[in-house]
Amino acid sequence: MKLLTGNDLKTGFVTWWTGADWSLHIEDAADVGEAGEAILAAEEGARRVNAPYIINGEQTADGPRPAHIKDRIRALGPTVRPDLTLKPADPAAGDWVI
Amino acid sequence: MYKYDEYDHAMVDARVAEFSDQVRRRLAGEITEDQFKPLRLMNGLYLQLHAYMLRVAVPYGTLDSRQMRMLAHIARKYDRDYGHFTTRQNIQYNWIKLEDAPAILEDLASVEMHAIQTSGNCIRNISSDQWAGAAADEITDPRPWAELLRQWSSFHPEFSYLPRKFKIAVIAANEDRAAMRLHDIGIQIVEKDGQHGAAFYVGGGMGRTPMIAPLIKDFVPLDDMLSYAEACLRVYNRYGRRDNIYKARIKILIHELGADEYRRQVEEEFKHVKSLGIDPPKAEFDRIAAQFAPPPLDASAPDAIDRSDPDFAVWVDQNVAAHKVSGHAIVNISLKPIGGIPGDASSAQIDLMADLAETYSHDELRVTHAQNIVLPHVRKADLHAVWQALDAAGLATPNLDLISDIIACPGLDYCSLANARSIPVAQKIATRFSDLGRQKELGELKLKISGCINACGHHHAGHIGILGVDRKGTENYQLSLGGSGAEDVSLGTITGPGFDEDGVVDAIERVTDKYLAERTEGERFVDTFRRVGMAPFKEAIYG
Repeated sequence: MKLLTGNDLKTGFVTWWTGADWSLHIEDAADVGEAGEAILAAEEGARRVNAPYIINGEQTADGPRPAHIKDRIRALGPTVRPDLTLKPADPAAGDWVI
Repeated sequence: MYKYDEYDHAMVDARVAEFSDQVRRRLAGEITEDQFKPLRLMNGLYLQLHAYMLRVAVPYGTLDSRQMRMLAHIARKYDRDYGHFTTRQNIQYNWIKLEDAPAILEDLASVEMHAIQTSGNCIRNISSDQWAGAAADEITDPRPWAELLRQWSSFHPEFSYLPRKFKIAVIAANEDRAAMRLHDIGIQIVEKDGQHGAAFYVGGGMGRTPMIAPLIKDFVPLDDMLSYAEACLRVYNRYGRRDNIYKARIKILIHELGADEYRRQVEEEFKHVKSLGIDPPKAEFDRIAAQFAPPPLDASAPDAIDRSDPDFAVWVDQNVAAHKVSGHAIVNISLKPIGGIPGDASSAQIDLMADLAETYSHDELRVTHAQNIVLPHVRKADLHAVWQALDAAGLATPNLDLISDIIACPGLDYCSLANARSIPVAQKIATRFSDLGRQKELGELKLKISGCINACGHHHAGHIGILGVDRKGTENYQLSLGGSGAEDVSLGTITGPGFDEDGVVDAIERVTDKYLAERTEGERFVDTFRRVGMAPFKEAIYG
């Protein structure tokens, strides 16, 4: 699957294209298929997101999972500070990254 | 400490106002990210993996308690309650919101701080010896010269768009605590015939092509120092490559020209530059130097230390260094608790260090390139009280210069350039070697980790260096041995094939075991490596 990601203009937080809007949660990410470039151009033009780019991912039982570790770390948060990730209550969340 | 004059205030305030308007225009959609990016970078604002990152300059690593408290305030109010002290003696915040950046810069300006020139192809924060003004072995305090260079390089119209970033360090002791020869320009204040002058080493650096700076001029009279620096930069600015980012640093130019030809061109340029009157009049330098006057230390203060508390005595032996004034000492606060994140400190810890500086260290602190903090002027009689306060805050780890005092870049946990994580490797190594007796048995052992070839973690200069790389989407770690950023400067040599995260920790244990088996009396790890060479270590690692 193809995922579209970037950083929110105001906060810099990692965001994922849901098909209609942007979400902080990778679970909400939609497969953009071949439409990624067109969405990217429109959204960057609207200036709601910084430096958007398309990545490869796979659909798993837990939801979309980026192919590269860098994007998995972006999706979760720093592996060395579980308390600052999007899943601070899940001590095993880091396993998803590795 | 240097205090801003009206010009400093005006320059910084004008920049804050200018950048505030640029942020407003960006948020309003009036300018694109492509237009905004170079503007935010000029103000130290990066976009990293999880958020904007702000790098705040700490000139030559020197702070007072008021400034340190402001750093804590920013961590608490605008970030996630911590900051990360860096290998350029700066501090970085990892979770900054763009809309907060103007307010942060206003807060910084209120305590004579800023984030200007902490990014971009300009002269970056001038670094120096963290023990400056206190070290028993220095011939003078190098900071007035570093401050002069700071003023000269701030908004320098010729050097705001260099071929690449440019880093300068200034020291004034034979013991190099600032990795001076691994800078674009390393300046050592030296003495000759009773006069102080500047030895210029030019063309050092780490990154993908590490080089040790050759000596370009052994003695530049201090009255000519700025003109000579200007000449060094002018030759680089004219001939440094702008067509290839990987060959744009001054080290490549000097390597290709040869040190002799570069020196010839600098000397020729210097003759012209000297006629321009760049060097300040003596009265102006004296004005700057007066602000670095030594604090009023009582040389008759008791010199003995009550070592009856064994934990305190261990800390004194490892983390306290000799001061030039009797009855006083230099306290090195380790930001490397076992299993912690190298260089990170919470706002409460930053506040505590500010309080201790105000009470016990004549209001002064230093940030070190090894990502620790220094209280430079502490009475020996106060050491126990300082240690108790640090210990209660988790800041009394007695591991200065031991294997767990690891330099590590933020790595792939935070940095958009990184290929591999650095911090988890540092945590695993520190945990593996957590026994203090074992660390002390190994003695001085500088271990440095970078998460990519840009070498922010100084891995080339580690007695043991680790470089994280991306091998087909998987983190892999190359090991190198024999580097040093000190006066015995050298570059590490790669041992061979890399390892996974656990494998590199095991490999380091085999390396240290081999060292213990091979060393002779008094030999540090790096001394043994230099004597016996790579072969026995390679055999120990790979069989």
